[in-house]
Amino acid sequence: MFGLNTKDTRLLLIVALLVVLAPFLLNPFPEGSALAQFNAGYPDLMQRFVIFGVFAIGFNILFGLTGYLSFGHAAFLGAGSYAGVWMLKLLTINVIPAIIISTIVAGMFALLIGFISLRRSGIYFSILTLAFAQMAFALAASVLTPITGGETGLQTSLNDPRILDAASEGGNIPAPSIFGLQMRDSFELSVGEWLFTFNTGYYLSGIIMVLAFYVAIRIFRSPFGLMLKAIKSNQQRMHYTGVNTRPYMLACFVISGMYAGLAGGLMVAMDPLAGAERMQWTASGEVVLMTILGGTGTLIGPVLGAGLIKYFENIFSKINDNLLHQWFAFLPDGMEEFMVTIIHPFIGKGWHLTLGLLFMGVVIFLPGGLVEGGQRIARLFSRKKPSGKDGATTRTEPAE
Amino acid sequence: MSKTNVTRRGVLKTGAVAGAGLALPTYLAAGGHSGFANAPGDSSVTLGFNVPQTGPYADEGADELRAYELAVEHLNGGGDGGMLSTFSSQELSGNGILGRKVEYVTGDTQTKPDAARASARSMIEKDGAIMITGGSSSGVAVAVQALCQEAGIIFMAGLTHSNDTTGKDKKANGFRHFFNSYMSGAALAPILAANYGTSRKAYHLTADYNWGYTTEEAVRTSTEAMGWETVAAVKTPLAQTDFSSYVAPVLNSGADVLVLNHYGGNMVNSLTSAVQFGLRTAQANGQDFQIVVPLYSRLMAKGAGANVKGIFGSTNWHWSLPDAGSQAFTRSFGTKYGFPPSQAAHTCYVQTLLYADAVTRAGSFNPCAVGEALEGFQFDGLGNGPTLYRAEDHQCFKDVLVVKGKENPDNEFDLLEIVEVTPAAQVTYDASIFGGELGSCNPGA
Repeated sequence: MFGLNTKDTRLLLIVALLVVLAPFLLNPFPEGSALAQFNAGYPDLMQRFVIFGVFAIGFNILFGLTGYLSFGHAAFLGAGSYAGVWMLKLLTINVIPAIIISTIVAGMFALLIGFISLRRSGIYFSILTLAFAQMAFALAASVLTPITGGETGLQTSLNDPRILDAASEGGNIPAPSIFGLQMRDSFELSVGEWLFTFNTGYYLSGIIMVLAFYVAIRIFRSPFGLMLKAIKSNQQRMHYTGVNTRPYMLACFVISGMYAGLAGGLMVAMDPLAGAERMQWTASGEVVLMTILGGTGTLIGPVLGAGLIKYFENIFSKINDNLLHQWFAFLPDGMEEFMVTIIHPFIGKGWHLTLGLLFMGVVIFLPGGLVEGGQRIARLFSRKKPSGKDGATTRTEPAE
Repeated sequence: MSKTNVTRRGVLKTGAVAGAGLALPTYLAAGGHSGFANAPGDSSVTLGFNVPQTGPYADEGADELRAYELAVEHLNGGGDGGMLSTFSSQELSGNGILGRKVEYVTGDTQTKPDAARASARSMIEKDGAIMITGGSSSGVAVAVQALCQEAGIIFMAGLTHSNDTTGKDKKANGFRHFFNSYMSGAALAPILAANYGTSRKAYHLTADYNWGYTTEEAVRTSTEAMGWETVAAVKTPLAQTDFSSYVAPVLNSGADVLVLNHYGGNMVNSLTSAVQFGLRTAQANGQDFQIVVPLYSRLMAKGAGANVKGIFGSTNWHWSLPDAGSQAFTRSFGTKYGFPPSQAAHTCYVQTLLYADAVTRAGSFNPCAVGEALEGFQFDGLGNGPTLYRAEDHQCFKDVLVVKGKENPDNEFDLLEIVEVTPAAQVTYDASIFGGELGSCNPGA
């Protein structure tokens, strides 16, 4: 189906199904129960899951296929975000132009940076992209303040022109919408104790992510993708056979940048604010973590990695001591204090620590990321015992 | 050509699915509509405390959180009641808000607008917070205020001092108790003129975001009006921790006053740098070199240690104030945590009480009703003397304190002395001078 083989079609359908059913899957605990803290099925986080999914898919097209580790991908996310907010300010509050323009702007930005950075490979390439991204961040935070809003960030305001829209009524800034349907509109479905939220913005981003995922599969399976994989395995040999690899690399870099821009455009479509810190190196590092955590070079890995990191960031960071005391209230006082003291460094602002430990665990024990973990579990439960030799060949090799 | 087979079973199936599909939206629309967003249930109400737990303002954030916890305790009838007894409006009786127990959720703004909005959104969407408060940076406050306006939630600004919050970027759903840059400038200028004379040359170091801009502008305008010159104004990134490269050129610039438009960790670091470079003991243009910090707090004075001695600045509140409200608050905060509260803690505590009181007076959690109850509200007994919540821009008008780093502190908390209490009338301005529009209140849903 869709020009894919059976296996890929199945993968695509699974992803599509996950996206559609996410409001149910992410809210497994009844409202008001002690575990409701771990529910992730609210619009903001669901939107983040799929948007960062798009970002990570794009990053994986570059890193997973060619092995070129870009440490400045956040610059494209940021450029896309700013372009998106400007469209919402100048053109119309309808998100479609914002999403399209942000993709294009990020693509052009990637063309510029890629043209220069791709003259080098390996660590030098990483450093060059990092330098460009930090440059973009510094510019956005200070010199370009009239365009980017500096550290305050760029927002929509009441007196924006919005030339395609009628004048806003009621004295309030219009919310981003798609043909009148507001991004933050939600249907709420309560079934017994459970409450499920179906959000317009989430489904728009979800559809776009599934499309982005489909395009990524096609790229992975195309002759172009094969060429990129060849570059990864031995670029020198490619040169000897007379293939000029640079156009392929540049095209790949631009595509990857456009994915990042698309993610940036979606972010501002969901919440019309763009801050300079979106371009900072920590944001670039985050997407690298997502990809490695999920499984570099695999199709679904980056999406899983993005979901996991965003889950930690939003759920663990919001657990406070007060909640811990509630959870351990059944223990005797001394024990309760002890447990809270033990767990305290890993929650709230310490979520980075928890994530760091998890990341170390994954890299040491599952070099192929979460996807490898999944494969191992599947092998454990599959009835036919793989022979030793077979088992070795299906193993995912870590990227060099 | 395709051939359609209509079977009894097929028709029934299709009919059932279509019927369910049509009925679904009706069913969905039935839930959770009571005229405004996140209407609380009958037993409890959730407030969202969104403070910086990491970044340059983390100290302030931690203190704000303590104050919020104290406020919740008092609203629920715990502790000694703090300012509930001194508050001029005696609507709150310690049984929560409108009989509902107050619960709260916390989040980390990281002092970044993006992260702050994400945190606030999750409070609104996931935890059903009816009011968001906090923030220790104007960039964050403006961003979160705009979000609350869109979502139909009341925003009670915490520590935010930029003119923009209730000026250019004011919103109908946002309210600020804290004072602002304009007031600092207006209160500080006469004191500076009296102590340092009227022929001074100032060099500004300014935090590079909206608070820094408006503070620099306010201090510039008010000091230039009395004869000072401004030699240069240099912007420094908010995330900067080493200010030596910014402080080094000051001495040779021809300036004789350094104005640090910095707050929190920024100010601690830049002031320490300035002292290390010998600015406090230097001479320039035949006068002693001076340093001014427009916005001061006890936490900053503590961080900077002996360096703050004799330095002028302005502050919203100080724990040593003798009125009954300040004393009551300082006592219950001190009893609970073992040290006196900062101005950030004070404004956050007061904002929570003011919100609870407004809800009680309005008899509803509806943001529009709460907003109406706060607009033009005059109160006393919350530590700042008689105070007005101005309806035109949702800004509180009250006395401003001009303070100085104490030369011989009696104890580790007694770091600032109050030089003058500038009356509210002297710092009041016309609501229209900063532009911006409130818009209309948004109840969400």
